[in-house]
Amino acid sequence: MPSSDYDPASLPDLLPLYYRRLFPFSQYYRWLNYGGVHKNYFQNREFSFTLKDDIYVRYQSFSTQADLEKEMQKMNPYKIDIGAIYSHRPNQHNTVKSGTFQALEKELVFDIDMTDYDDVRSCCSAADICSKCWTLMTIAIKILDRALREDFGFQHLLWVYSGRRGVHCWVCDEAARKLSVAARSAVAEYLSLVKGGDETVKKVVLNDPIHPLIRESLTVVEHYFPRYALQDQDILGRKDSVNKVLGLVPEDVRKELQQRFQNERKPETRWALIEGQAEKKQATAKKGQYFEKEIMLQYCYPRLDVNVSKGVNHLLKSPFSVHPKTGRISVPMDLKDLDTFDPFAVPTISMICEELDRSRAGEEEEKSEDTKEKEEETAAAEKRKIRDYKRTSLAKYVKYFDQFLDGIAQSWKGELIRKNDLKKEF
Amino acid sequence: MSGCTVLQNERPHMTLGILFRVPLKRHHLPAFVEQPTLFGGTERKRDHCRLQTGTMQFSGRKRRIITNSQTEVYGHTVQFYGQPPLENISLSEFETFAVERLKLLKTVENLGVSHVKLSEPYTQKLEKEFKALNFPYRPENEDRKSQTGPSEQEKRRKDHISHFILRLAYCQTEDLRRWFIQQEVDLFRFRFHILHSKQKLELLHRNNLEYDAISAEEKTTLREKLINSSYGVSGITLEEQDFYKVPFQDALDLVRTRKVYLKAGYAYIPHQDIVTIVLNDFRTRLSKALALTARSLPAVQSDERLQPLLNHLSHAYVGQDYSIQKNVGKISLEQIDPLSGKSFPLCMRQLHQSLRENHHLRHGGRMQYGLFLKGIGLSLEQALQFWRSEFIRGKVDADKFDKQYAYSIRHMFGKEGKRTDYTPYSCMKVILSNAPSQGDHHGCPFRHSDPELLKQKLQFYKVSPSGISQILELVKGMHYQLACQKYFELTHNIEDASFSLNHPNQYFIESQKVLNGGKEIKRETDTPQRSQDKSAARGSREATANAPQALAEMTEDLDFFFQDA
Repeated sequence: MPSSDYDPASLPDLLPLYYRRLFPFSQYYRWLNYGGVHKNYFQNREFSFTLKDDIYVRYQSFSTQADLEKEMQKMNPYKIDIGAIYSHRPNQHNTVKSGTFQALEKELVFDIDMTDYDDVRSCCSAADICSKCWTLMTIAIKILDRALREDFGFQHLLWVYSGRRGVHCWVCDEAARKLSVAARSAVAEYLSLVKGGDETVKKVVLNDPIHPLIRESLTVVEHYFPRYALQDQDILGRKDSVNKVLGLVPEDVRKELQQRFQNERKPETRWALIEGQAEKKQATAKKGQYFEKEIMLQYCYPRLDVNVSKGVNHLLKSPFSVHPKTGRISVPMDLKDLDTFDPFAVPTISMICEELDRSRAGEEEEKSEDTKEKEEETAAAEKRKIRDYKRTSLAKYVKYFDQFLDGIAQSWKGELIRKNDLKKEF
Repeated sequence: MSGCTVLQNERPHMTLGILFRVPLKRHHLPAFVEQPTLFGGTERKRDHCRLQTGTMQFSGRKRRIITNSQTEVYGHTVQFYGQPPLENISLSEFETFAVERLKLLKTVENLGVSHVKLSEPYTQKLEKEFKALNFPYRPENEDRKSQTGPSEQEKRRKDHISHFILRLAYCQTEDLRRWFIQQEVDLFRFRFHILHSKQKLELLHRNNLEYDAISAEEKTTLREKLINSSYGVSGITLEEQDFYKVPFQDALDLVRTRKVYLKAGYAYIPHQDIVTIVLNDFRTRLSKALALTARSLPAVQSDERLQPLLNHLSHAYVGQDYSIQKNVGKISLEQIDPLSGKSFPLCMRQLHQSLRENHHLRHGGRMQYGLFLKGIGLSLEQALQFWRSEFIRGKVDADKFDKQYAYSIRHMFGKEGKRTDYTPYSCMKVILSNAPSQGDHHGCPFRHSDPELLKQKLQFYKVSPSGISQILELVKGMHYQLACQKYFELTHNIEDASFSLNHPNQYFIESQKVLNGGKEIKRETDTPQRSQDKSAARGSREATANAPQALAEMTEDLDFFFQDA
């Protein structure tokens, strides 16, 4: 399971190979160019690189795919971040009058990080994750993906494993890219239920009426809760975690539950007792009493870093960037296989580089059977690169990325036709 | 500023038309005012003194139709401020209007912090302020000319003109714009709120704001969801209520608070919440207008009578900002621990404590605490030493600190990046922006702590039980700053603090005053900010040596007012 085959010290040796032969530049460019519908969309995009020894270079920008390729192969960034589309080329930001250089558009992004769940997971803490707590990410993706599609009407959502302990979402619809700061923060707050820092015990409070978003989210949480919270995390097992849960119920109920828990050890039964109490309370109280739902949400509902979503100019780690600590590639996730997605199965840079070397031996033999004339074409280099990643375990992620791009290409095709029509009219 | 002349007259006037170059392209505005251009409209009124700028004199459009009969322009108590005022007004009126509106906006801001917006006490207090300052708010008195004060029309004129004057003062930076828009929107919300529903419709109609209601069938299909997403809509009222379907971007306040049903990017807004869309529209228009005003500002600033006034108006909103300190470096690092117990407000005490315990603070905490420390007099070198010595006791080694954290501390002191000398956060900022999340210790303990935890903490700090219940009562009423002030009074053993608390650094200074027997921090005789203000006022007075004496007096009044506030 652990990525013990990856040694961070080898990164300087592996990165050149990765950027020369494996990084999917053409798809990457196809994505960020958005069909060329808007002029300078790719050219005015900010990239920022983290180089060796944490040297951080902001406001990089590139005029073409070739330019991007060349620079990345030259600089071999440890980490790539994507920023906004600016009013001017970011690499010339010093040459324009201050104040006129402004971030105009960016995908609406979400960042979910496992460290934000530290108070409700007992298996790991901080940067560590395991298959137990990964369920939290699955829940988060399901809830947010539904809400962004059904409530907000967005269609082109790219979910990406961050490479270590979280996931990112890039909402790529044109309407999303054009959202104002206020609109972004409103969307993020609409989606945020868990509020408060270390000084707040009860972080979810529900009021009547319960909004459809919460109802929909609860059905997701209820599906995972018994397995994830009661068994895997065992939140009603150990004494301290039981107390934590009981800290979230009203005082009178707490006393009664404490007593009844003494004769009842099984987490499922304990949970049933809590639910029973909630039902009883609901029958008698005038105001809404939803503490059992509040507990479930506090333990499982997605926790967003609102600040990342809010800013148009906020940078976020790029897909297909390498995580320097784990060596894992930041790969797009296919939600069809979400429940079986295993972060530990995501390839590391050392793994795919090795695969590339290993398969070369076999490749030579294959080649003799292959038609030779194809080899001689001038586009051979490009083709070789495509074939290169196809020989590694990166292939399936790039394939999924391609599918995603095909989907979004439909939208810009429509846009291009409309634009051309307009031109003809005048 | 060569070629700029002020024609002398015993009553100096401003020609407002030349100040506001707001394109009036919006289709819903009455078409009787042609787009005012810079210096247009000055020609007709030769009887009035006006401003002329040398070479550009009369270069604007000469023909202009003026039909602003007052009833047309001020047909309603609540205005959208679509068209700028064009008349001539005396300089002293100009100043009075500006200052009084600023007072009004300040009141709006203060009430918004200490009360629930639109609650009973909020409306009452705000109404009082409207009356006192002669701004219009209730349409009833429209025709009834009150015996004592100015007529409704005069009030509306004042409302109109003063709004536009402040646009000039508040269009210059992002921060100013944000503050101004926020207060104006709240002001608008209040006035819209107290209108009768018929008047509301009339206002919307007048401004061409009409929205499409969904069909009865759609309402039936979405019945359950509509009821569950809107407060105060039940099965019975649903039948009678219209719902409007608008892009969610037009109803952000409802989206943010989850008070509306969303489907496929559209928000379904019950009639009772229509104010949200109206406000949103108001906000958007104002924001655009401010951006345009900012662009034409250089022309306005060339008027030497206005520049100091506008600058002063715009500096007034923050009150003291505690950024420049004479006592830099006069606090030693050893003093911080004892001071944190005696003179730090609870928010900073909490941050200090968790820094000492965890040897780390997350970004929000570093900003809030770091700037506070800077405000009480830590120098950059001390700050670096302070944070480093604490961080390296935790998981961060010295090398990592220098790489990852030292930058942000130098940044705070304006030594990196865009070199802004950041000012310490005010209570308002701490309470309203960037609420703490998992792992954070910043924010306002009175606002962001569970009452139970707050109680424990206060007990731990040996606040008396009766004091604690008083504080918790204030917290319950959302009077966080008053709760903090109560905490100050209890921990300093004074009956009634003679100040109104709105800044953590103010808390510190006041605390030092009490502890050092009526004096400020030993080596200080005067609060640094006040002296700074004075010198600023002096500066502006020198700059305007030729300007009417009234201006100097006015800015002094303003000083007084905002020192007070």
